[in-house]
Amino acid sequence: MFNYLIKRLIYSIPILIGITVITFSVMYFTPGKPTDMIADFNIKVTSEAKERLVALYGLDKPVHVQYWNWLRRVVVLDFGSSFKDGRPASQKILERLPATVLLNVLSILLMLIIAVPVGIYSAVRRYSLLDRILTVIVFICFSVPAFWVALLLMIVVGLWLGWLPISGLTSFNFENLSLFGKVLDLAKHLILPLIVSTLGSFAVLSRYIRSGMLDVLKQDYIKTAYAKGLSKKQVIFNHALKNALLPLITIVGLSIPGLIGGSFIIETIFSYPGMGRLGYDAIMARDYPVIMGIGVISAFLTLLGNIIADVLYSTADPRIRYK
Amino acid sequence: MALWALTLILFIIVIAVFAPFIAKYDPAAQDLSQRLKAPSLTHILGTDDLGRDVFSRMVYGARVSISVGFFAVSITLFIGIIFGMVSGYFGGWVDSVIMRFTDIILCFPTFFLILIVIAFFEPSIINVMVVIGITSWPGLARIVRAEVLSIREREFVLASKMLAVSRLRMFFAHILPNVISPIIVYAAIGIGGAILTESGLSFLGLGVQPPMSSWGQILMQGKDYIYVAWWLSLFPGLVILITVLSFNMIGEALRDILDPKDNKI
Repeated sequence: MFNYLIKRLIYSIPILIGITVITFSVMYFTPGKPTDMIADFNIKVTSEAKERLVALYGLDKPVHVQYWNWLRRVVVLDFGSSFKDGRPASQKILERLPATVLLNVLSILLMLIIAVPVGIYSAVRRYSLLDRILTVIVFICFSVPAFWVALLLMIVVGLWLGWLPISGLTSFNFENLSLFGKVLDLAKHLILPLIVSTLGSFAVLSRYIRSGMLDVLKQDYIKTAYAKGLSKKQVIFNHALKNALLPLITIVGLSIPGLIGGSFIIETIFSYPGMGRLGYDAIMARDYPVIMGIGVISAFLTLLGNIIADVLYSTADPRIRYK
Repeated sequence: MALWALTLILFIIVIAVFAPFIAKYDPAAQDLSQRLKAPSLTHILGTDDLGRDVFSRMVYGARVSISVGFFAVSITLFIGIIFGMVSGYFGGWVDSVIMRFTDIILCFPTFFLILIVIAFFEPSIINVMVVIGITSWPGLARIVRAEVLSIREREFVLASKMLAVSRLRMFFAHILPNVISPIIVYAAIGIGGAILTESGLSFLGLGVQPPMSSWGQILMQGKDYIYVAWWLSLFPGLVILITVLSFNMIGEALRDILDPKDNKI
């Protein structure tokens, strides 16, 4: 167990370096210099001043020197100052991170709560009427554009029915509410973004669980369990379920980049104050330090999620450790 | 179900190909006296904020969505198949390097990478296709690699090796046909995914640029007129849903047909 963890951590060092190389090169090879943004909108900036600006950010140095200087600062989470308001990019990102993590953690929980029963039912009662209906629903959820659902929900639930707020995370009078009122207010704001961000991932997950369960049900030990005279309920819940749910750990780990990626569009539509919205605004404003910070941090979170998933998996399934 | 889906896709492709004959109006023709008209006999899906016919815009939009789907997936297939085959066949350090690279790319939220590249280069239909294509290969590369690993030691591969078959021939005449099933399934589902991504980009204003139209772009205009023009938000979304759903249905049906492991119990 401990050895496996160490091995896994060593293995992730080159990946971590790779993440920084990719982030750096994406920004390095895209057209335009970061300083153009500051200089172009101000006609008073002379070409000498522009050059000074370029030198200030070290953009006149060779590429490997630039990368090394950037990397040295990234290690201590210093991504530089935002071009927009001059505040440290890492501070801006860390402020927004909790809202995104809150949305995604809730989304993962909701996805599990719905997908597990749906997947298992569909596998156990394969080709039944309800399985067919669930399959169609799952396929629709998987194929529907999330932003379109968001639009429709905003129109119907938010505007016509007026049940839920359609933007932001808190109401204007949030500070004056009681603790219970605050929680209620947060919950109300979270419902619509949560539904939209869960749709697609729930669909994928329930299909995995369905096919995983179908595989398990074909195994010999399930036949043995039936042969012993156990009831269907006992076989499914005591014998099959545990093994069918094992891959869940990996799939949840793998779904993290998708959730973070989805946050960019969902948070933008709902004006949700998370990292995705910040990232979209930063991209639109060419705010290099913030974009690079978000790239590195979201990739790092994914890597961390995968490591946790792998270690959990090896704890749950000893076969993995000895491979 | 899958046959229905296939028919629908063919139908949409026919519409896309023969767009000029099907659309009653020029998709870019503005008629400010006809702004935001609800669906009627003259404009069966209504008009948008510039008085353009929504149906005609959607017919032309089909061209964008379908071609983005096919071209993006072609790029994905090209990169994914080559990386996967090379990685699985040669093994060793080549395999390690390619797979570590794949792991790294998989750590990034794809949509974020796409947003950056599109925002920094000009948003255009070509850029959208290329970017979607070059960011979605890692999953396929892993699948192809796993398949190649499982057939690498089989007799027919060894036999071809002994006959000194060239590497190119080995890859494309002997190995590829044996690993093609999961690739086809991946492609069908990938087309749906690419159409979704394109519509998302267009919705954020980073996809196809006016006066060209795409389904996602009509949705983007529609969101500003939610209160007064529901048809701008409803129809394009429905068409995206139906198209993507059809591709996914076809993918699922192909999986059932091509994968002998998953027999009915």
